[in-house]
Formats: sequence, structure tokens, C-alpha cells
Amino acid sequence: MFKKKRNLIAVGILLLFAIATISASWWLPVSPSLIDASRRLLGPSVDHWFGTDHFGRDIFGQTIVAARVSLVVGFTVAVIATLLGTITGLIAGYYKKADFIIMRVIDGMLAFPSLLLALALVAVLGGNITNIIVALSFSFWPVMTRIVRSAVLQIKPLQYIEAAKTTGVSDPVILSHYVLPNILSPIIVQGTFIFAKAILAEAALSFLGIGVEPSIATWGNMLQEAQIYISIAPWFSIFPGIAIIITVLALNMIGEGLRDALDPHTTGKAAKEKQAVKKIVNAA
Amino acid sequence: MLEVKNLKVQIDTAEGIVQAVDRVSFRVEAGQTLGIVGESGSGKSVLAHSIIQLNPKPATIYPEGEIIFEGKNLLELREKALRKIRGNEIAMVFQDPMSSLNPVFKIGSQLIEAIITNQKMSKKQAKARAIELLRDVGIPDPKRRMQDYPHQLSGGMRQRVLIAIALAGNPKLLIADEPTTALDVTIQAQILELLRKVQKKYKMAIILISHDLGVISQIADNVLVMYSGRIVEDGSVNDIFYRTTMPYTWSLLRSLPRLDGQRHERLINIEGQPPNLISPPKGCNFHPRCPFATDKCLKIDPELTYRSKGHSAACILSEQEFMDGKERIEATEKERGALTYDRTTA
Repeated sequence: MFKKKRNLIAVGILLLFAIATISASWWLPVSPSLIDASRRLLGPSVDHWFGTDHFGRDIFGQTIVAARVSLVVGFTVAVIATLLGTITGLIAGYYKKADFIIMRVIDGMLAFPSLLLALALVAVLGGNITNIIVALSFSFWPVMTRIVRSAVLQIKPLQYIEAAKTTGVSDPVILSHYVLPNILSPIIVQGTFIFAKAILAEAALSFLGIGVEPSIATWGNMLQEAQIYISIAPWFSIFPGIAIIITVLALNMIGEGLRDALDPHTTGKAAKEKQAVKKIVNAA
Repeated sequence: MLEVKNLKVQIDTAEGIVQAVDRVSFRVEAGQTLGIVGESGSGKSVLAHSIIQLNPKPATIYPEGEIIFEGKNLLELREKALRKIRGNEIAMVFQDPMSSLNPVFKIGSQLIEAIITNQKMSKKQAKARAIELLRDVGIPDPKRRMQDYPHQLSGGMRQRVLIAIALAGNPKLLIADEPTTALDVTIQAQILELLRKVQKKYKMAIILISHDLGVISQIADNVLVMYSGRIVEDGSVNDIFYRTTMPYTWSLLRSLPRLDGQRHERLINIEGQPPNLISPPKGCNFHPRCPFATDKCLKIDPELTYRSKGHSAACILSEQEFMDGKERIEATEKERGALTYDRTTA
């Protein structure tokens, strides 16, 4: 996975964001929440790399601090949705009777676009970070359940599962020791994609004004506030937008890198193609 | 030790109810090897899976019969009690060693897990036992092999590991479902020899399922011949291989290709297909394919009848009728064979 430069860069970007945002209060020259009415809507300069917003706050600092919420929400949603989806998927894939009930529920949830479902949930629950995490986890786990279930269905008829049964192994042990380790790679890959999707969804919800409280800096909130000023202060919306793009792109790249690294078919193919290219080059 | 009485197994499929095993009775004693032969779809695997209750759950029905193992009827046991018997008392070895091991764990840890599941042992003891088991099944340098993943072993090695896993619980009965089918001939012989060796050491009974008559003849004491879910002949190896008076067994034996046969000799097969078990033919199940069949076979469904001590067969033909029929068939076959032979040499 790390053999490819692209994957290494993606992981590096993500780590950089995480470290920068955690340690922000120590190294940022100006507090990002410092209001200075005399410095409203200034363009990028040496003092304010990304310019200032309508309250005169430093956008660079805001963008860095906002990563905190985005990453926390994205990561927590990815973990919760993956756990829920894996458990329900394992049960649905392994037990036929439970399968019917679980899958009908999942099908019902998948009938709604996930963002719409999250929107409805947040509208009911009220917008704060915890509720957003709940709502997004709830709308992303059905996809995970489907993926895990289909992977289980592929593994279940294999002879080593039956062989394990003949040695007297109980169902929970079969699920945890024989099924789960063999389907881990699609779970990890899908989890990474959920991470990226959740960041995007949180930004979208905040942008629509029903996400995280406006007092907390998030990329979505910044964009929401910036939209009125887009013609006179484009930097106000551009920089948080770029931050979202870079993070989501990095996560998607990691997801794809993991998929290639964990899937023996693609690695085999890629290696073969490389060999073939080498052969042609040598021959020429 | 194991006695199956009048067992019926039905499988509920989309097309209808399949009579997979029909009125089967047999016994196996400690230290004995019972061979079960039959074509694909004759019900031998379903029968074996019934013994440890591993047929797909809701679809399989056991309307009649008993499976008595050490005094307990396995059909009446609950799942938890069954799990205790699986591995501990009855173990199983499968056909395909390539897919019978969990690909993500080292064989050592799989073996240790099998030992700990079945016996109360510390991890250290289990490890020592695992090495001993691997040595028993003839794996060289077992300590190092414990660290190997399944894909690093050859088919024969993997089958040895699977036998070791099966032996982990000191079972009294080992069910081997086509254990050598996926292996090449020299490895086959080694695995059979190994089964015989561990049988002696662990004093187990073995039920060996195979469609390969050669394998059965090498290792079995008694043989059941199955056709369309029924036992059609039951006897000692010698009864079955040398003294059969049952047209199906005879056809099966004749269809073996011979190494010392003529090069261009036609291979003999059994014409037709095994019967549909959802709606089996009237009368004897084998009559549509039987070269001996008469009008009587259409009406009478033969029961297993006594032939000699420990030998019974399900056919209405008397020994004399069978012998006459056999001569007639071989004569016509010879004529046809001679004709084809002439044509190829000319």
C-alpha cells in the first residue's frame, strides 16, 4: 500500500491535518476566534494567509480549527457505522431467518438517499455534534450491512466453515474466527469511504444550516456564512472549500489504495501488468 | 458403537422433496472401517452428514429412523450436546483439502484451537500436543510447519493437517468424505496408509466415503453400496468385490478401467443417468439402467435380502439367474468388442 507514492501522500495529508488541528492552539499566531471589526473581509496577506471573514477573524486559523469537528465527526461515524454494519451484516449473512428481517429494514432505509435520511433525522433530533454523528451513522450503516452480508454469503458455503463445525466450534467463534477475518478487507475499505462521505455530509448539513451549531467553526458552517460574501470576498469560501476537497480526496485515495493492497486480484493484475511492461521495455 | 436404523433423510428443495437417504441401516464397530461407495448423487454424503447432523438445517427432515452412537440417539440431541460430540467423539475429514483450512490463520493456531475447543488444556500443553499430532500424521519438521499458512502447503500436506485437526479431540469415529479424491494417486496411497496407521493408534472406527472402488478395496473391512439413496448391497470387501450377485455392483466393478486391458478396448459404462429422487421410478430404482432387468423389476421394489453370512443385496434375481444373465451379457459384449477391435487394427 505504501509502495505507491500517491497513497503515501494521501496518508501524509491526513496526518498533517490531524496534527495541525490538534496542536492549533499552541502554534497559531492569532486566535482564530478573535474578533476584530477593523479587519473585516481582508484579502490574503502576510498577516492573514487566507484573509479574514466578516467578523475580522483569521480564516487560516478557522480552517485549521474547523478540521477538528470534521475529522472527529467523520471518524466517529465511520467507526460506528462500520461496527453496526459489520454486526448486522454478519448476523444477516449467517442466519437465514434473521436475514429476512434485517434486510427488509435495510432495504427500507436504503430507499432514502442517505443525505436526505440524515437531514430528516437531524431536523427531528436538533442540530448538534452528537446528533449529527447519530444521524450520519444511522444513514450510512445500511450500505455496510449489505456489503458485509454479501461477503459472508460468499464465505459461508466454503469447506473450512463446515470443517470448523465438525470440530465442534460454536457459531459465535465461527463468525469471529473464521468468517470475520476473511472479510476484513472490504470492511476496512468501505469504512474509509464512509469516513470521506461523512465529512462531506457533515459539511453539507452545516451548510444547509441544520448541522453543527453556528458558533462552532466547521467547514460547512464557514461556507454557509461565506456564501453572502462570495462576490466581494471569494477567499472566504474558497479556502474551506479547498480543505474539504483535499481531505475527501485524500480519504478516497487511501480507500482505493487499501482496496488495491488488500485485494489479491488487483495486486496480482497490477504486478503482472508491470512485468509485461518491463518485458516490452527490455525487448525494445 | 454406531448403529443407524432404518434412516430416512428428506431434503426440501424448490422442485420438491428429495428422498436423499431411504431406509438405511448399518453398524460400525470400534476399530473397523466401513466403506460407502456409490455414484455422485447416490446419497452417500448426505448420509455421512446426517450422522453428525450437518445437513443444511431447516431444509433437511429426518422423518424416520435412529442414529444410535454409544447409546444416544443423535437425532434427538440438542445443538449444544451435538457440538460436544462433534470433534470430541465424531470427527470428519473432507474431500477438498485446498478449501478446508481457514486461509487467514497459521496451521499451528488452527490446530491449537481445535485442541482447546475439545479439551481443557493450557496453551502450552496444546502446542506440544499439536506438534505431536503433526508428527503423527507424518509432517516433517512439525515445529516449523506450525508457522505456515495453508497456502504454503501442498494438497497432500494440507490433508494431513486436516487429519491432525480431526484427531485433535481423540474421536472414536472418523468420517472421511472422499478424503483422497482431490489428490494424485501416489499421495492417495500415502493418505490411505496414514488413515490406517492413525486408526490403529487411536483405535477409531472409520467411515470412508468414496466413489473410487480402488480406495475402498484397500482400506475397508465392510462395504455398503448405495444407489439412489438406498443400500443395494452390504457385505465384507470380499463379498462385494468377488462374490457379488447384484447387477448394480457388478456394473460398477466392470466399469473400472483396467491398466492391463487392450489399448483400444471400449470403456464400459452404465448407460443412463441416476434416477430423479423427487419422483423415483416404479419398482426397482435401478431397473431403467439394469442390463438384467425383466418385467418383474418394474413391479417389485426389492428389499435387502440375506445372501450369506454378513452379506445381503437388494435384487430379485437368484444367484443362478444372475450367473446366466452375466454370461449372456459378456458374450454379446465380447462380440461387439471384437468387432471394434478389428476395425481399429485394420
